[in-house]
Amino acid sequence: MTKQQANWSPYDNNGGSCVAIAGADYCVIAADTRMSTGYNILTREYSKICKLADKCVMASSGFQADVKALQKQLAARHLIYQHQHNKQMSCPAMAQLLSNTLYYKRFFPYYSFNVLGGLDNEGKGCVFTYDAVGSYEKVGYSSQGSGSTLITPFLDNQLKSPSPLLLPVQDAVTPLVEAEAIDLIKTVFASASERDIYTGDKLEIVVVNADGIRREYMELRKD
Amino acid sequence: MASKQPENSLLGPEADSQRTLYPYVTGTSVVALKYKDGILMAADMGGSYGSTLRYKSVERMKPIGKHSLLGASGEISDFQEILHYLDELILYDNMWDDGNSLGPKEVHNYLTRVMYNRRNKFNPLWNSLVLGGVKNGQKYLGTVSMIGVNFEDNHVATGFGNHLARPILRQEWHENLSFEDGVRLLEKCMRVLLYRDRSAINKLQIAKITEEGMTISQPYSLKTYWEFSAFANPAQGAVGSW
Repeated sequence: MTKQQANWSPYDNNGGSCVAIAGADYCVIAADTRMSTGYNILTREYSKICKLADKCVMASSGFQADVKALQKQLAARHLIYQHQHNKQMSCPAMAQLLSNTLYYKRFFPYYSFNVLGGLDNEGKGCVFTYDAVGSYEKVGYSSQGSGSTLITPFLDNQLKSPSPLLLPVQDAVTPLVEAEAIDLIKTVFASASERDIYTGDKLEIVVVNADGIRREYMELRKD
Repeated sequence: MASKQPENSLLGPEADSQRTLYPYVTGTSVVALKYKDGILMAADMGGSYGSTLRYKSVERMKPIGKHSLLGASGEISDFQEILHYLDELILYDNMWDDGNSLGPKEVHNYLTRVMYNRRNKFNPLWNSLVLGGVKNGQKYLGTVSMIGVNFEDNHVATGFGNHLARPILRQEWHENLSFEDGVRLLEKCMRVLLYRDRSAINKLQIAKITEEGMTISQPYSLKTYWEFSAFANPAQGAVGSW
């Protein structure tokens, strides 16, 4: 008698794309609002974006139950940090915490593909990009999720980020102003919705700057 | 730890596991929508044992506390266990005797955590749950799957309902449906499921939950029409052996 194999998977891919772009004094984080499973759409209005701290916002796509659990974990840890340090966590601090939290489950990973965006301690935009087990890097812009293969090359073309290997170290943040970056995001998602079946319905854009956090929406293709 | 089995054991593939491998007695789709005064939910009363229709009076929708209604598809025994957990949750909530009571959002969150934690232990509760309710005028309708995927929406369905009912609901649902319109819409969905879902039976209940409370209808059946010409001679025009 052969050993029975598992006939259910603890993972599922609920799809969707996330993008973040860092500017000189702002950060734009965006994600579509479609949640799918297989060839079905579960809902058209699910937010993949989560505010972790005053100046720190995360967008995650992948397996929604893991994403939710991860968001809850980080929110709880942030609350403890606030109790202990009497201040909000900075974006770079949250970036490290996210990496550690992901690696903690290295042998039963959170199936969550994250981009973290916000302002660093000097008020400059920063974006951190992750894989499912916590490997991360500070970049000028990033895309994760089902549409990332379509979006990243276009962002590379438009944002011309210098190589992080160059010396002297060059700034990765884009010289674009906030309005231009938002426009680029809208273009990028409209394009991704054309060809990626898991991206569409509605685009949620979150902008973090010195004035605080604001939210914008744009309709996307629903097919 | 492997258990020692005699040669004539009937356990088969389950011999080595203490965890859920397959569902046994299952319920099929649950469909629910928000309407003007609250939530309407429908489920048939069938409990299938594989391809056998073993039980024909299974109530797959139950009230939870004062404000919520839970519908389940999937393994019936796991649903009963969830009801047991919820009994304890509601009991402790009542024991506080502080005028506060768990609303549908809270119950849905609790269920999501329970389902996700069981999935983490590789021993899932084999259900897809629909949780609806009204509290303080706020309507709530959410769903959670056996691996913990959860969301809320204006209309939800489990299993085959996702394939057959959701498209109808997307087309015809709108804000502030009247009770009659809501029931008509749910019946339309359940009728399609009856025609096309092999596990569906023609004995269903519709449950309503509003700020005032929860009511569940007596079991009844839908009118069906089998005289469509395609049904009369389904093989007409079909070339070949299948």
